[in-house]
Amino acid sequence: MNKRRAILIFIPFAWLLIFFAVPLFMAFKISLSHSVTAIPPYAPTFGLSEGWAGFKDALSRLTLDNYRFLISDSLYLKAYLSSVGVALKATILTLLVGYPMAYGMARATPQTRMVLLFLVILPFWTSFLVRIYSWIGILSNEGMLNQLFMFLGLTDGPIKMLNTPFAIYIGIIYAYLPFMVLPLYATLEKMDLSLNEAAMDLGCSRPKAFWLVTVPLSLPGIVAGCFLVFIPAIGEFVIPTLLGGSSKLMIGKVLFEEFFSNRDWPLAAAVAVVLLLLLVVPIVLFQRSQEFEQNKELQR
Amino acid sequence: MALLNDTSTQFSPWTDRSATPLIRFDGVTKRFGDFTAIDNLNLDIYPQEFFALLGPSGCGKTTMMRMLAGFETATEGEIWLNGAQIGDVPPNKRPVNMMFQSYALFPHLKVWDNIAFGLRRQGLPKNQIGPRVEEMLRLTRLEKFASRRPDQISGGQRQRVALARALAKAPKLLLLDEPLAALDKKLRQDTQFELMDIQERTGTTFVIVTHDQEEAMTVASRIAVMDHGKLVQVDTPDRIYEAPLSTYVADFIGDVNLVEGTVTAIDGESCTVAFAEGQPALNVISETRVEMGQRVFLALRPEKVCVGATAEKNTQNALTGTVTDIAYTGNVSTFHVTLASGHVIKAQASNGRRLSRRTINWNDRIVLSWTDTAGVLLKK
Repeated sequence: MNKRRAILIFIPFAWLLIFFAVPLFMAFKISLSHSVTAIPPYAPTFGLSEGWAGFKDALSRLTLDNYRFLISDSLYLKAYLSSVGVALKATILTLLVGYPMAYGMARATPQTRMVLLFLVILPFWTSFLVRIYSWIGILSNEGMLNQLFMFLGLTDGPIKMLNTPFAIYIGIIYAYLPFMVLPLYATLEKMDLSLNEAAMDLGCSRPKAFWLVTVPLSLPGIVAGCFLVFIPAIGEFVIPTLLGGSSKLMIGKVLFEEFFSNRDWPLAAAVAVVLLLLLVVPIVLFQRSQEFEQNKELQR
Repeated sequence: MALLNDTSTQFSPWTDRSATPLIRFDGVTKRFGDFTAIDNLNLDIYPQEFFALLGPSGCGKTTMMRMLAGFETATEGEIWLNGAQIGDVPPNKRPVNMMFQSYALFPHLKVWDNIAFGLRRQGLPKNQIGPRVEEMLRLTRLEKFASRRPDQISGGQRQRVALARALAKAPKLLLLDEPLAALDKKLRQDTQFELMDIQERTGTTFVIVTHDQEEAMTVASRIAVMDHGKLVQVDTPDRIYEAPLSTYVADFIGDVNLVEGTVTAIDGESCTVAFAEGQPALNVISETRVEMGQRVFLALRPEKVCVGATAEKNTQNALTGTVTDIAYTGNVSTFHVTLASGHVIKAQASNGRRLSRRTINWNDRIVLSWTDTAGVLLKK
């Protein structure tokens, strides 16, 4: 029995080790190297050709210089902060757009529900890049939205929307909406409607019942959806590049430039590792606190 | 059963013409699309009544309750509560609270906060909420569980929390939607008496929806038997049982023999009914007005029919038949007796002797006997 369980656990574990832990470790190692004009563009490299002495020599040449540089140049700190800021705002906006959608879906008749669910997932069937490009066609000065505004006489000249932070938010909300809607829908759909009736029966108006019953009970969905949007949004590169232009400094773009334009792999790796820590540490802390709460309750 | 009827101070406001009802259904109809859930219904319910709506699923009893709570509005007609029309009053503005079938306890709140929920919405000051919640906890014997969450207590305790929460605001009317359906039989019986006790102590008017006739008989001061959105009969439990107005009610409440026959003689209140060739006509004294030659049903409860080798003394009816089935349920045995005409009559006898000493057995020829007042005549 135990042996079977060990084998069963080993398979996903091995998968994670090979395709997640090893590349991560390699990125971490590169972040401790320094940049050289060669292939690969960093040194030292580990090889077995020089034996144990060569390995020890390579190990001794690893430095924390890249991390020191990240701290010394305020550009990176600004990029991190502005990324977190953009991701935070975009997550809240996505929640505000996604919650009513999920709520409407959960309260629809079963047949309509399937159609709506299908519509939410439908954008995934086309390429992410194509969908972001098409937003250029909507938001640009000659774009559909501006033409519509001018046709309706709302403005005389085009409003600049492309290459502004506004376009970044539009892009992130659009692209990550399904990740917000689906977990929210899952929790809202399970919810017992008689709870709302009970709240109203005990003196709540409809909005009050929503606020005191529906919202707290859908909190797991809200948390899951927010994480699913916030985490990829921080490192988002395509949307700020294509829709935001140079209007907003974001860490994903910095990472891309260090890696491809400057060909400074070690610094790019350091940027990535810090980004990862920035994301992982709060999540771990959050989970710890939740486990703690649960244990506390079980002990009672 | 019918605990309320053996006291000298009988509680029966429905017989008092001067009594004002707490609830009045006045020609109420409720349609869902083409489906008529409630069909032109008139009903008065009086203060401090324990009123049961009884019927099979889909008969409209839950719709009636939801209209009282404010979750449904009547398509036609008016509903009055305490002398005011409540058709347009939203649920949160009604002096009515409901105990839901699923209990609908808020899973994210502790028992204490569940009970305090309604009081807080009422805007009651904090120093009044505490004592009121404590009072409710005492009433439902939940003091020890105040800081638990609903998923940390048993089904019976959850049921009591739901009751305490609904009673906390001291509503004029408490609605109970199948309140005991989720409990096992033993607990259900205990809880029935608890409910009656709490109803009496708080003096609140209770309206209970149930499909369990025994539950309705036990707790209610009056029962409304419903079928297809109509009230078939509204009466006290004993009247519903002893004097049903139709075969539907007689059949729905308890076990009954329905013998169809023709009236052959009438003498005042007593008449005779012939039901099969070769069988003696049955003597019945019944309030029901019948005519000569009319087709009628004799509704006869099995426990009012005696079984034995000979007819019991002072009985006016006797039929001979063969025992074809015996259902032994511990305290009573039900005998299925087949007559020569093919009719099967059920007779019930309490098991005063041990089973091994029972004198009647399968295939025995026995005599069924009952008095002329044992049954009632029904026209439909």
